[in-house]
Formats: sequence, C-alpha cells, structure tokens
Amino acid sequence: MAMIELKNLWKEYGNDVVLERLNAKVEAREFVTVVGASGCGKTTFLKLMLGIEDPTRGELLLDGEPIPGEPDETRGIVFQRYSVMPHLDAVGNVMLAGELEASRWLGRVFGNRRRKLRDDAIAMLEEVGLGHALDKYPHELSGGMQQRLAIAQALIKRPRILLLDEPFGALDPGIRKDMHELVLRLWKEQNLTVFMITHDIEEGFFLGTRLWVLDKDRLDPQAPQAYGARITFDLPVGREDQKTYESISSRLDTTARAIG
Amino acid sequence: MKKFINRHPNQYGRWVLGILPFVLLLILYVAASNARLAENPNDPLLPSLMQMGDAIQRMAFEPSKRTGEYLMLQDTLASLQRIGIGVGVSALIGLIFGIANGAIPYIRATLSPLIVGVSLVPPMAILPILFIIFGLEELAKVMLIIVGITPFLIRDLQQRTLEIPEEQIIKMQTLGANTWQIVTRLALPQIMPRLLATTRLALGTAWIFLIAAEAIAATEGLGYRIFLVRRYLSMDVILPYVMWITLLALMIDFLLARISRWRYPWFHASS
Repeated sequence: MAMIELKNLWKEYGNDVVLERLNAKVEAREFVTVVGASGCGKTTFLKLMLGIEDPTRGELLLDGEPIPGEPDETRGIVFQRYSVMPHLDAVGNVMLAGELEASRWLGRVFGNRRRKLRDDAIAMLEEVGLGHALDKYPHELSGGMQQRLAIAQALIKRPRILLLDEPFGALDPGIRKDMHELVLRLWKEQNLTVFMITHDIEEGFFLGTRLWVLDKDRLDPQAPQAYGARITFDLPVGREDQKTYESISSRLDTTARAIG
Repeated sequence: MKKFINRHPNQYGRWVLGILPFVLLLILYVAASNARLAENPNDPLLPSLMQMGDAIQRMAFEPSKRTGEYLMLQDTLASLQRIGIGVGVSALIGLIFGIANGAIPYIRATLSPLIVGVSLVPPMAILPILFIIFGLEELAKVMLIIVGITPFLIRDLQQRTLEIPEEQIIKMQTLGANTWQIVTRLALPQIMPRLLATTRLALGTAWIFLIAAEAIAATEGLGYRIFLVRRYLSMDVILPYVMWITLLALMIDFLLARISRWRYPWFHASS
C-alpha cells in the first residue's frame, strides 16, 4: 500500500479553487519535489499535509487513513523562516523534542537523562555541520546555519515524513548547494519520505526522485481563480533532458503572469 | 556643505546638546526665583536652591520633630511598597491572562471582550468604590494600581502572544508538544522580555494612580506629602519631591531595562 495517497483532492476557499482533482500515490522513501508558480497552491498542499487545513473534497490518506487533522510527530517540518526557537541556543533547540517527550508537564529534564539528550543533540548537530556552534543562539547564526539547525531539530524526532517549505529560498547559491547535499544524505540515512516545496524549478529538477509540477492546466485570464492547480507533470527525475525542463519552465512563467 | 538633515553631531556634541536644555531651564528658574525673592523675600512660589536644600535637609536627614522619623525615607518606602506590590501583582496577572488569551482561542473568545470592556472603565472613576470596598488602608491604593494597569498589560501581552510566528507553534507540535508545553516552552519564555518592556511602559501610569490615591487618602507616601504641604504653598518641599519621584521612576525603568538585557540577550539581539 502506498504511504501517501491523494484521491481526487480539492481545496477551495469560497469561490477560489486552489487545488483540484489531485490524484497521486507516494511510496515510503520517495523524495518528491513540488514546484509551481506563486499562487499555484504549493503552500496550500503543504498545509493539507501538515493537517492545518482540511481538504474540501476528496481524501488525503496516510497509510490508508485520513491524515491527522493537526500537526504531530509523524510529519517534521522545516519552513523558510522562523523554524527554530529564538530563545533557545542550538543544543537547546535540538534537545527540545526529547525534553517534550520525556516530561509531559515540565517539558524539561535533569540529571543523567538530560546529559543523554544533550549528547544525542550534539551528535545530531555535528551530523549537520554545526558542531562548532553548539551554544550559539539562532540570531548569531547565518541563514544557512539556521536552516541546518532547523533540519537537525526536526530530524532528531525521527519523523516518517519530512516536509520542506522552500527551505533554501533565502540562501545564497553556493550555500544552497551544500544544503542540497546535506538533505540528500540525511534522506538516505534516515529512510525519510520527503516533500520539498520550491519555486526554483531547477532545484526541483535535480534534487530528489520525483518531480510534481503544480500548475493550472485550465486558465481563464479573466478569472484566474476559477480553476485550481493540478499536478500537470509527475516525473521521475534525474534523467530528464534539458528540453523538458525548458518547456515546464516556460509554462510556469505563463501561469505566473496570468495570475499576476 | 551637506544638507542639515544629513548632518550628525559627534559624541561630544550629543552630550553638550543633551545637557543644554537642562542648564537653560535651571538658569531660567534661578533668574526668575532671584527676581521674585528680591521683591519679596517670603515669596513661596519660586524658592531658591538654598531654600530647597534646606527643605531636603529637613525632610530627608533630620528626624521629624513630631514623630521622630525620617519623613522622606518613610514616604519613599511606603510609596515604593505600594507601587511594587501593585505593579508586581499586575504583571503576574497580565502574564497569565495575556498568554492564556493569546495562545488559546477558547479562553480568548471567553475573556477578551470582558477585558476590553474593563480596560475602558476609567480607574479614577471607580476609586470611591475601591475605598468603600477595601477601606482607606493600603489595599485600596494597591488595588487602584492593579485596576489601572492590568487590563492594559493583558491586552498588550495577548497581542504579543498572538504575534509569535505560526511556524513555531506548528514546529512545536511536530516535535510532539501538547498545549501546555506550547504555552510553557514556547509562549512563556518568548513573552517574558516583552512583559518587562510592557511593564516599563505601564510604570508611568502606575505612578499616576499611586499619587492620586495617596493624595486622597493616606498618612504617608510621596504623593501624600506633596498634597499635604500644598496647603502651606511649600514649593521648597514639593519641587525636590517631584524630582525625587522622577529619579525613582528613572531608576526603576533603568533597572528593568538592564534585567531584560541580562536575562534575554536573544530578544534584544533579534529585535
């Protein structure tokens, strides 16, 4: 059975159709990159995956059951910004998941258990290349380091699914490349299922195992919200030629202009 | 030459410019005081610096002839105790209800309209009610401060709690946090420095209510003393008292600012 299944999934806000007729199956350990123009429902899809929005029609299934209607431990998340807690240092941020689990009331642990959590957190931080910044607060870290921290914080909880919401959108190209390598490595090591939202088509094209393009295949220029976005391309990636890339790229540009 | 709007005084210049108005005011006062006293040495309205010095000496450093106590110290301690308890209790209530309102929609829906309503009641208008209920003793004065600033603290901290990025609340849940843990490990630590900032703002209002309550019914306190000696037109006591109150307010404000920077460096660095 597929891990994630989209069955005729719709999401509408009043008369605005954001997503329509989404059908897809995703197996465990796939790495799906979702690209699309701004306003084409990428973020809405992510909210459905998190459970903070409900589908208006159709179903979104996790292991054959409707996906839980609120965020929980099965789905880790890294946002573009505000992903880490500004009031905790790097180790504190990564220890957070363990502390919350160990102490339902205080949310803090002490003594030997704390030392154990701290050692685990340090190991995780070293894994993502932050071994030198253990007691730094987020505001003392660069954008790339903050995202490394956010990834470490999410992954120490061992989620089955990792959701990435344009995680590298604000980073410099060189740093972005390092982050790609990091994510690919962790994806393989931890047997994760990854959904990565990005508006960078090139990123979508060369990262991961599967590319979804969210785009409006019916587009009324007078009423761009009348029809929702669908998955217009569902491709295994890594062996696509330059021509496909360019044709998708130009289609998305057309949609972006029409939506304005 | 650069346009005026683009010119900045250097550090030395800033000091001189900053002190200048104080010096001018002082000169103006001394000149006016001298002029009045030259005409009538018993004129009470603009006492000379010497007269004020004598009054300070009498109030602060000599025991009162009637009670044998140091009046200014006694007044200061009484007022500080009232404002300390009043502001402390208000801050605690503000913190609890501000976070609860901001974080939990069901509590917000229940309490927020009530708090908006209460915050619009002019506290001075219910001062008689407070005196009737709580008597003329300490409790009524502390209550006036609490009634006066707590609704503001709650509303402000509610707003600050609502401003915590949604991303962080979602992130907490994906890390396994329950509602209580989101409140105690996310909202509380992030609101603490904002509580200090809001309390600093509320202190000015708290002083107003304290002095008003002391003016109406008290037997000691800085506000009581000012209004007592008003009967004798004792500007030589009133002016130093006002300056002393200002200095106290300044010191409390400075102290809270330092505590905030010391305890919550991340807050000041990121904002």
